[in-house]
Amino acid sequence: MPAIKLYDYELSGNCYKVRLLLHLLGVSYEKRPIDFFPGREHKSGWFLGSVNPLGQIPVLEDDGYVLRDAQAILVYLASRYGAGTQWYPDEPRVRGNITMWLLTADDLTRTASAARLHDMLGYELDVDRCRAGAHALLRLIDDHLADAEIVGQEWLATMHPTIADTACFPYIALAPQGGIPLDDYPAVRRWIGRVRHLPRFIGMPGIFSPQL
Amino acid sequence: MTQDPNVLNDWLVVGQAGKLAPGSRGRFSARLLGEEVELSRDGQGRPRATDRAGRREFAVQERYSYLWVCLGEPRKPLFEFPEFVQPGRRILDCGAIGVAASGLRVIENFLDVAHLPYVHTDLLGKEPHTEVAVYTVEVDAQTDEIWARDVRLWQPKAAVSASGALLAKYAYRVMQPFSTMLYKTCPARPAENDIVCLFVQPVDETSSLAHTLLAYFDDASEDRDLIAFQQTIFGQDKPILENHRPQRLPIDGRLETPARCDATSIAYRRWLKSRGMRFSVHAGN
Repeated sequence: MPAIKLYDYELSGNCYKVRLLLHLLGVSYEKRPIDFFPGREHKSGWFLGSVNPLGQIPVLEDDGYVLRDAQAILVYLASRYGAGTQWYPDEPRVRGNITMWLLTADDLTRTASAARLHDMLGYELDVDRCRAGAHALLRLIDDHLADAEIVGQEWLATMHPTIADTACFPYIALAPQGGIPLDDYPAVRRWIGRVRHLPRFIGMPGIFSPQL
Repeated sequence: MTQDPNVLNDWLVVGQAGKLAPGSRGRFSARLLGEEVELSRDGQGRPRATDRAGRREFAVQERYSYLWVCLGEPRKPLFEFPEFVQPGRRILDCGAIGVAASGLRVIENFLDVAHLPYVHTDLLGKEPHTEVAVYTVEVDAQTDEIWARDVRLWQPKAAVSASGALLAKYAYRVMQPFSTMLYKTCPARPAENDIVCLFVQPVDETSSLAHTLLAYFDDASEDRDLIAFQQTIFGQDKPILENHRPQRLPIDGRLETPARCDATSIAYRRWLKSRGMRFSVHAGN
C-alpha cells in the first residue's frame, strides 16, 4: 500500500495534531519535513505551485489524494482509517458538535498559535490582541468542560474522545509559549491531562508524553 | 540600561548578517539588553548600529555570518572560530528562537550533559544509559574561555547523519557569558568534530533569542533535516527553560545544588561570579 505522506514541521501544532491522530489510529506514514523557519519553504515557488497554493502546512497526500487544512485532514483520516471507531462517529449531534469545535480549533490557530509565533519565531503581529482572543476562547472552553464534567462528560464533543479533542489540544497545550498562562483554566488543565494519557499518545517538542 | 560591564562591553549577537543583504538598503531593529538597536548598512556596505533615534552609534561587526553589537566600549576582540572557514565544513543557520528565560539559563542548559537522556529521549540519550563519566573542565588562562573535555555519552541518534546508536564524545567551549559551542563526534568523518554554536541574544534579563549555527561535515543530509533536528532538540528544552525558578541564574552556589556531573555548570557559575556578573543573575538567596 502506498505510504501516506505528511508535509510536516516539527514545531507546528497543526502538523502535530495530524501526527497525533495518525498515531492514535495506528496508521503509518512518512514525513516530508518543510523548512518552515527560517527557510519559509512553505512560501517557496515549488510548494505554492505543486503542494498548497495557500502556503500552509500540514498537507496530506494519500495515494494521489492531496488534502490541505489540518482540520479537514483530521476528518479525512478518521473517516478513512477510523471508520467504526470513536473518533468521528456517525451521529448527527455529535458531528455537529465536532464541527463546531473544529472551527474553534481554527480560532485557536488565529490567536494562541499566532501569539506563540510572535514570541518564538519573531512574527510581527498584534500579540496583545491575539492573547486577548485566546483568553476569551479558553474561558469558553473551560466553562464548557467544567459543565460537562458535572454530567460525567470528560471530552469536548461527547462522552468519549473525538477529533474535536485532537484538533483543539495542541494550541491549548502550547498556549503558555505565547505568553498565555493556563492557571485560570482548571478544567482545561484536567482535560489536557486526560488527552496526554490516551493510549498511543505521542508528544511534540513542548508537550511531554507521560511515557517519558 | 544595565551598567554591568560584562554585557555592556561585550560583543552580543543581534541577528543574521543576511538580514542586511550586501549593497541593499535593508534595515531591521533588534532588542538587546532591554534597548532597541537599529541595524543598517552605510554607503560602503559596512554594517551600522544606532539607537532608535539614530543619534548614538554603537560598535558593530559582521562575523561568522552574524552581526555583533557592543553597546559600551569593546573590552576585547570577538572570540576566534577558525573552524568557520575550514574547507569542507557546511555552515548552516538554524534560525533564532525566542525563549522567555534568562540567557544564562539557556547557555547553562546547553552545557548540561545529564539532562540529555531524560529530555531528548531516543535522540541524545535514553534510559538506562544515564551515567555521565567523569570529564575535565578548565578555564584557559590565555583566552579566559571554559573548556570541558572528554565528555562521553551513549546516544541513540546523535545527529541526522548517525545511522545508529553511538558513544558520542563531546567537548564544550564557553567563549563569552552568552556564547558557547559544542564539538561532537562527527559520524561522517570520525577524525573530525561537528560543531554546534549557540549564540544567545539577551533581549532583556529574562527573555532571549537563541541563535543556533551548525558547522558540520555532512554532505548527505538536507538542510531542512539538519534544521528540523536542531529545532526539535531546542523545542524540547524550551518549556523547561521557561519554567525554571528563579528565572535569573543563581551563581552563589547555595540556592541550587549541583552534582558531580554538573562540573561544567559549576565552572560556568564560578566563572560568572569571578567576573562579577550581575545581568540576568539571581540577586537574593
